[in-house]
Amino acid sequence: MAVTLKLKELSKKEDLFTHGHRMCAGCGAPIVVKMVLIASEHPIIACSSTGCLEVSSCISLYTSWKIPWIHSAFENAAATIAGVETMYRALRKKGKINEEIKFVTFCGDGGTYDIGIQSLSGAMERGHDMLYICYDNGAYMNTGIQRSSATPLGADTTTCPAGSSIPGKTQERKNLTRIMAAHDIPYAAQASISNWLDLMKKVRKALSIKGPKFMNILAPCNRGWRSRTDDAIMLSRLAVNTCFWPLYEVEDGVTKITFKPKEKKPVADFLKPQGRFKHLFSPENEWLLKQSQEGVDKEWERLQRESSQQG
Amino acid sequence: MKLKGWRELTPGAVILEAGNSAEFKTGSWRAFKPVWIKENCIQCLFCWLYCPDMAIKVKDGKREEFDYDYCKGCGICALECPGKKGQKAIVMVEEGR
Amino acid sequence: MARIVAATGNEAVAEALRQINPDVCAAYPITPQTDMMQRFASFVSNGKVDTELILVESEHSAMSACIGASAGGGRVATATSSQGLALMWEMLFIASGTRLPIIMPVVNRALSAPLNIHGDHSDAMGARDSGWIQLWSENGQEAYDNTIQAFRIAEHMDIRLPVMICLDGFIISHSIERVEYIEDNDVKNFVGEYKPLYPLLDIHNPKSFGPLILPDLYHEYKRAQHEVMTKVKDVVLHVAQEFEKISGRKYGLFETYRLEDAEIGLVILNSAAGTSKDVVDEFRERGIKAGLLKPRLFRPFPYEEVGDALKHLKALCVLDRADSFGAYGPVFAEVSSALYQMRERPQMINKIYGLGGRDFLPQHAEQVLSELVEIAKTDKVQIVKEYIGVRE
Repeated sequence: MAVTLKLKELSKKEDLFTHGHRMCAGCGAPIVVKMVLIASEHPIIACSSTGCLEVSSCISLYTSWKIPWIHSAFENAAATIAGVETMYRALRKKGKINEEIKFVTFCGDGGTYDIGIQSLSGAMERGHDMLYICYDNGAYMNTGIQRSSATPLGADTTTCPAGSSIPGKTQERKNLTRIMAAHDIPYAAQASISNWLDLMKKVRKALSIKGPKFMNILAPCNRGWRSRTDDAIMLSRLAVNTCFWPLYEVEDGVTKITFKPKEKKPVADFLKPQGRFKHLFSPENEWLLKQSQEGVDKEWERLQRESSQQG
Repeated sequence: MKLKGWRELTPGAVILEAGNSAEFKTGSWRAFKPVWIKENCIQCLFCWLYCPDMAIKVKDGKREEFDYDYCKGCGICALECPGKKGQKAIVMVEEGR
Repeated sequence: MARIVAATGNEAVAEALRQINPDVCAAYPITPQTDMMQRFASFVSNGKVDTELILVESEHSAMSACIGASAGGGRVATATSSQGLALMWEMLFIASGTRLPIIMPVVNRALSAPLNIHGDHSDAMGARDSGWIQLWSENGQEAYDNTIQAFRIAEHMDIRLPVMICLDGFIISHSIERVEYIEDNDVKNFVGEYKPLYPLLDIHNPKSFGPLILPDLYHEYKRAQHEVMTKVKDVVLHVAQEFEKISGRKYGLFETYRLEDAEIGLVILNSAAGTSKDVVDEFRERGIKAGLLKPRLFRPFPYEEVGDALKHLKALCVLDRADSFGAYGPVFAEVSSALYQMRERPQMINKIYGLGGRDFLPQHAEQVLSELVEIAKTDKVQIVKEYIGVRE
């Protein structure tokens, strides 16, 4: 099934995630799923935690999944797929299954960074042969835009609204990709739907490695981000070019930045088009905007250091 | 879809018809619809790639018409379209006009 | 050849699991289940089973992994107690709602708070609405036998529901008793080859598990689940009949002991029933017509059969090794519901005993039976629910 990573060739592949799903117009999550499934050269069995993707892709008597797919609960996608993967190994050992199947999860940041982190950590530690993909839209979007530990600093959400006393989220985002890399798994990476080739190469690389892998993919949510329905790709591109969402991979402990923006833009460029950061642009919140830039810079510098030291 | 009685349901709510969401046409969600201007199209296929609803038909590596049964009118395709010589190959037009 | 051994309850259940050789097991330690899965783990490490053992990081993940593995399409088991069962509570409903035949021995232990590691029934009783089939075991032999039968019951094509096998923590799990093991091949043939219903791992027939269901369909899915439960009773009896052929041991929905002509009786689960049977004998020797009913199948509860078996009594005490705070004990609630439908029925009282591993001694059974003698005479009940064996 080795199709080269050229759009013309890839477009001939059958849609394994089809239309008729209930995700909002312009949602980043189905774009993530689509790109991952297009990139894969092996049959995939997927698992999703409860969340936007899950409820919108499998509702009532309908399913958008043309691959085997399971949802069980919110915090346990990693444990659930670990169970499927283990049964696969058990049955393969007994000669009851002969195909090579890859196991992938598609989970939101809510079910990954917070409630799902225990089962994710456990599955990674046990070394299951699986690829955990987090589509990170920075909040519990399915329940109406509540704050998660993936929510960026200063963002307005329904549980940390930008009010007169508190200007939105006061904590920095959790750096989950780094936490996953620290599990010493063979592969951890960050990708973006704006850089499709980088994303697909990473997916292919991950799927070719045996063992636990993690990928964090930014997935703009125009409802939660208070942006336009047409800007998912544009905002992803800005996230990458402002280094808010650096594209890198950590393979066997070696960090490598996979995309360096020609010109690093100020993070304000990424934040401005999003209504959830509107309050950061008033004079009394200048310090928060500054803190946001500092956070981005610090992480970018750290990545560059690690990447050059190990490269 | 006609609602089933309890005897007709699959045990465990398992859905055996993969991809049957195609029976649910989301095209009615649109407020704006994309129009393909073929002369300006360089067949880059970005629209096909970025469409969250798989609403651009492709055949033999070339894009064809929009699948208006599913297009939700998000406009990503129009925004991302590189067009030809500064002219977009996709423009968004208000639905029903 | 059947082997007669001296074994603890945990050993016996681990042996049953070894003979059945499930495809995947998940394990997380919790007293007093721990040494059951430890024994099983040593079977795995020494190549005595082919089972892939997932050493999960919590019981919630244990049940989640079992759900994934069972949906994948193979035979799956895990085991737990108390807090572990409580932690996986949401997943129990998901396992039964998804109709996955997962088998789980539950070594019954008290629920916190306060923390207590000893035997009582509060854990499994707390899960009685979860849609799992529940089989309760008086001793190591029954736990072993129930585990083997559980696979056949769960995997029956009309059923496809998860089953929990309950055995008293420490009292049975850690006490050495005489246990008769069935020959390996007989167990293997009895349980048979696993037949998956909707295997997720069949990539040629992709399917989706776990949809979002709205108010227009959920009610119907649950009605369907209720229907399946109504079929369990017959399957349990049928499997027991087959089991008798390979073991020589008879099982039913419950066990009755000297009940047919009894005037006073006890309903009591698990190990304390064993103690009580001796006291029933003593009372019989004194000319008092005492009897006992020990439930085996608690979910689904066989209301008609239980009602029928008990209706002729003059006085009945249901002993619960778990409490439902603010209500009568769980077994009492079921037995009274069963007897409510009968034209004639006994006076009933409810005793809560043995919580947190508090011993249930013959004198407690004596105390209760003596009280029943009085109630039978006067036809009056002073107090319905009381704790026994408690220091005032």
